[in-house]
Amino acid sequence: MAVVVPMSLREAVDALAANPGALVLAGGTDAMVEINDGHRRVGHAGSPEVVVAVDRVAELRSWTLDPGGSRLTIGAGVTYTELMEEPLASFVPALAEASRTVGSPQIRNAGTLGGNLGTCSPAGDGLPVLSALDAEVHLAGATGTRTVSVHDFMVGVKQTVLAPGEIITAVTVPLLDGWQGYSKVGVRNAMVIATASACLAVDQPTRSVRIALGSVAPTIVRAPEAESFAAGHVDWGAGHVDPATAGEFGRLAAAAARPIDDHRSSAAYRRHAIDVMARRLLERAFRGADPT
Amino acid sequence: MSIVETPRVTRTEAPVRDGVIGRSPLRPDGIAKVDGSFQFSSDLHAEGAAWGATLRSPHPHARIVSIDVSKAWKIDGVDAVITAADVPGKATYGLIAHDQPVFASDVVRYVGEPVAAVAADHPETCRRALEAIDVVYDELEPLLDPEAAIAGTHPPIHPDGNVVRHQRIVRGDPDATGEVVVEGTYEIGMQDQAFLGLEAALAIPDSGGGGVELHIATQWLHEDRGQIAACLGLPEDQVRLVLGGVGGAFGAREDISLQVHTCLLALRLGKPVRMAYDRAESFLGHVHRHPATIWMRHHATADGEIVKIEARFVLDGGAYASTSSAVLLNAVTHTQGPYRCPNAVVDGWAVRTNHLPCGAMRGFGVVQACFAHESQMDRLAEACGRDPVEIRLRNVMRTGDPLITGQVVESVAPVERCIRETAALPLPDEPIGGRDADPMRLPGGAGRTADVGHVRRGIGWGVSIKNLMYSEGFDDYSTARCRLADGRVTLKFATAEVGQGFVTIAGQIARTILGVDDVDLARIDTGVGSAGSTSASRQTWMSGGAVDAACRQVRERLFEHVADLHGLDPLQLEIDGTDVVDTLGDLRVPVAAATAGQVFDETVEYRHRPTVDLDENGQGDCHVAFAFVAHRAVVDVDPELGLVKVVQIATAQDVGRALNPLSVIGQIEGGIAQGLGLAVMEEIVQVDGRIRNANFTDYLLPTMLDMPPVVATLVEEPDPQAPLGAKGVGEPPCISSTPAIVAAIRDALRDDAGRARPLVRVPVRPQDIALSGTASPDG
Amino acid sequence: MNEHYVLHVNGRDHEVTDAWLGESLLDVLRERLGLLAAKGACEQGECGSCSVLVDGDLVCSCLVLGAAAVGRAITTVEGLTERGTLTDVQRAYLEAGAVQCGFCTPGLIMATHDLLDRVPEPTEMEIREELAGNVCRCTGYGRIIDAVQQVAVARRTGAGPA
Repeated sequence: MAVVVPMSLREAVDALAANPGALVLAGGTDAMVEINDGHRRVGHAGSPEVVVAVDRVAELRSWTLDPGGSRLTIGAGVTYTELMEEPLASFVPALAEASRTVGSPQIRNAGTLGGNLGTCSPAGDGLPVLSALDAEVHLAGATGTRTVSVHDFMVGVKQTVLAPGEIITAVTVPLLDGWQGYSKVGVRNAMVIATASACLAVDQPTRSVRIALGSVAPTIVRAPEAESFAAGHVDWGAGHVDPATAGEFGRLAAAAARPIDDHRSSAAYRRHAIDVMARRLLERAFRGADPT
Repeated sequence: MSIVETPRVTRTEAPVRDGVIGRSPLRPDGIAKVDGSFQFSSDLHAEGAAWGATLRSPHPHARIVSIDVSKAWKIDGVDAVITAADVPGKATYGLIAHDQPVFASDVVRYVGEPVAAVAADHPETCRRALEAIDVVYDELEPLLDPEAAIAGTHPPIHPDGNVVRHQRIVRGDPDATGEVVVEGTYEIGMQDQAFLGLEAALAIPDSGGGGVELHIATQWLHEDRGQIAACLGLPEDQVRLVLGGVGGAFGAREDISLQVHTCLLALRLGKPVRMAYDRAESFLGHVHRHPATIWMRHHATADGEIVKIEARFVLDGGAYASTSSAVLLNAVTHTQGPYRCPNAVVDGWAVRTNHLPCGAMRGFGVVQACFAHESQMDRLAEACGRDPVEIRLRNVMRTGDPLITGQVVESVAPVERCIRETAALPLPDEPIGGRDADPMRLPGGAGRTADVGHVRRGIGWGVSIKNLMYSEGFDDYSTARCRLADGRVTLKFATAEVGQGFVTIAGQIARTILGVDDVDLARIDTGVGSAGSTSASRQTWMSGGAVDAACRQVRERLFEHVADLHGLDPLQLEIDGTDVVDTLGDLRVPVAAATAGQVFDETVEYRHRPTVDLDENGQGDCHVAFAFVAHRAVVDVDPELGLVKVVQIATAQDVGRALNPLSVIGQIEGGIAQGLGLAVMEEIVQVDGRIRNANFTDYLLPTMLDMPPVVATLVEEPDPQAPLGAKGVGEPPCISSTPAIVAAIRDALRDDAGRARPLVRVPVRPQDIALSGTASPDG
Repeated sequence: MNEHYVLHVNGRDHEVTDAWLGESLLDVLRERLGLLAAKGACEQGECGSCSVLVDGDLVCSCLVLGAAAVGRAITTVEGLTERGTLTDVQRAYLEAGAVQCGFCTPGLIMATHDLLDRVPEPTEMEIREELAGNVCRCTGYGRIIDAVQQVAVARRTGAGPA
């Protein structure tokens, strides 16, 4: 039984190669809840023998912009607090907005984008943004590295394609030219898990609209019918959207949701909330559209 | 936040000392609380202490077929495993009826009912020991519908039956009718007290064997002691209780939780035992606010004067009685609210189900009644074409008016003043979203769900009456001991300090009465007589009255002593500042000098006036005294998404006399936050008798972004019945703040014809606002 | 299953012995090191009562694995008063009436120091957003906001807390 604290990616990968069943601990904001709850008994029968705490792996804590300035690679260990700060907030505004809805400063100081992916909750606040941006997820293991689409990475409720011994190293997102934003419904005005959430991202050059939905399906879902409808009906030249188009966009987005009833809310309300949020997001995007 | 206070008359000409009545001196426990050294009950350690833990029922209703603890005993580090068979004394406890088993032996009646307890070297060892206990259950049909309990269609789930209490009130002419009739059925969800300092205790067995000392966060040391001693089979003097630091209470520490279990384990082991609940266990381990369904029908004249109120209350008490009968009494006797009502027919039931047990929570039955009567007042206002303030002023209760129980309100009843002073407080001067259009100011906050144009503002009112102290003939008293020696006062009482600041007020009283500045507070324990419970807004009145009386007796002894020395009549002496002075002569002696080498020591029991039980028609002087308050809420609502942002609460509260204005403000703001929680977010969700949100991720408490600024006026009309003129201030803030907020939401949702939405249930959920048809409107 | 490690808390090294490796930093501080100021009330990062600084970042110590905090600089409320005097934030909480039961207070004191170090003159909305992770069940927050504002004013004007 051991807690390993690697300082480099090499050490982390080696530690995981030696202990493929190890629990990877990033910011701890999800894993420690389970440990405290006794669900995941470190050091007891049936539980991981080794914890690899990756919060000090330098390579995971940094970000890089590609030479052309069109793609941003964010280390898995970058925290929500860092995502809210410049220049990252300007590069990916929706990710900054989503980060601001995550818990409290204490949680945002600890929680990381990689941890959000690793947990893969349908309510993970960073995930609709990554989905809307068609992010790529970079993984590393003893046998090498691989890159998978975020859509393929997320398999189900708290299920991913991560193989034993594999670690999330970074995420790459395109820097789109257009409005993007995140919207999240919860019962409280802060510190709340999403009842339903949505990220809308516009790319002016390709005249595309993307919308990804959180907390309304086993994992994040896109609403392709809504997207293509919006792309074909908004006034790209004037940067306007008429109310009927926005309304239909909302309905189509809601139709893509597959929500459930639970103790946090009802399926009917979640679907309704997606309808309203999607409509409002589109209106935000095309009412005062970014002049650039 | 701005505080608007009523002008206060300066009571003495001399410069007022900082620590006396009317000032807001620092809390005596304050430094320890800010530097982290204050010892809460969860901070208590003892050399060699074992940890205890509780095994709980996973079923809402089941017969226990067998309990096999043998595997738990075999785990390294396990010191003790106990079940009902190991309880040496009384097998049950309870605040009013002793109907709750220390451990279930034959039947479990709710999910979370204790079945066994273990002691071991580490909490993790305890967890494994609990998992190793093999209990075979035979599941029984749970009783989950309170109406089935009333109808008698479900077999009794307890030997005491399924109805804990039925209370009827008939006043005046039961057949009276009014030109205007409004009715509605209202639902109140189950709220949790959610104190932050979780249940924790340390039991230390006496070295000679026999007795035990329990350090415990509780609201009432002596009541605990009586119940514990009975279960342990020990005389009360062998059970000593010491107040461990209390991290909030709000009613949840009035019942026994881990007290008996901890003592049993410690006595069994002959060494100290600590027990501490985690948050999930805490939700199972203490009682909650009663969920209620309340039907009311108001008859009024065309211009809105109440003629008659009919009502039916159903309170779900859960599996054990706790204080359900008293909660029901409070609910039905507060049916009318702070309004005159000549005729009434009220029926109320508190019933037993296989839900979590319910009992005391701040507001104690009146919260439920108030949500119904205030919702009704707004319906009445609409039906009569009056505004919410007008309809309330039209019916306002005054000092000397009778209640529907026939009891005359002898307490000062400044209801009209509370309403008018609240109305006079300024409305928020910022538009929706604020001048900076900060999304954090809009409903949804950081979630950025709304833009300013999506949001509508509403204003709502709530006014309430709350009884103070214990009712129905209870021998309610408090004890205090005052010792004055060498210019120093030591106060001893068993009053549970739960955060409200009684320890501050006690010192203020002593400084004022005795003219000393140095006041020591002795340890709060059972080494002095009972103080009664820190509940029912009673300690300022009751323990304040006891400290006041003890100090006055000591002052008499002091005056006799000084008079004796100087050949004076003690009646001509008084305290001026920190001196004893002769009102007819020149003598002026500092209290410190007058008491040098002397010891004056007096213990006093203070009792409020007696009360009586209600008769079969619900008539009788069952309550002691009353306090009143008005709330006005301003709420911004996103009607489409059903999200809300409370913008401001204005309140004028009848406090009698503010002994410590800063503490009063703290009670007002804190109580309003709990009322806000019930209005829009707090509810324990049970499905098939199983709690679904026993954690702070899903049981939501208001954060700093949910709680608005409060503007408050303290209405100070000293109550001549109260020993210090001061009424209890703890409960009223959380009572009518809830209906005020809901009324504001309804107001924001008015349709084009000006009709408000019913919203008959709290907490109001987003779907109740956003989806028509889910709020189960009626009538 | 139990190991021995060293944590650097409040400027000093503390030996941790006999700790179960799954223990949170909060549990280690409280049960192993006897540093009881940080409080546990939810063990989910939802209440902020356990807030401490780890390498200068405000975090919930219930969500930090104790054994993984080796080599980090940890500061608790006990570390604020090592010189025996209260900080301006502590005094303001006391004087503004921001303390009732006091269970949330140590966490709020840490969060307030952190906030005012980063944002010396926060607006009321900034205070509300930044301290939203610290739940108080007694006060309704009004006096807490007042205390934070008093410190900000006093620091700007160079005066002591009012």
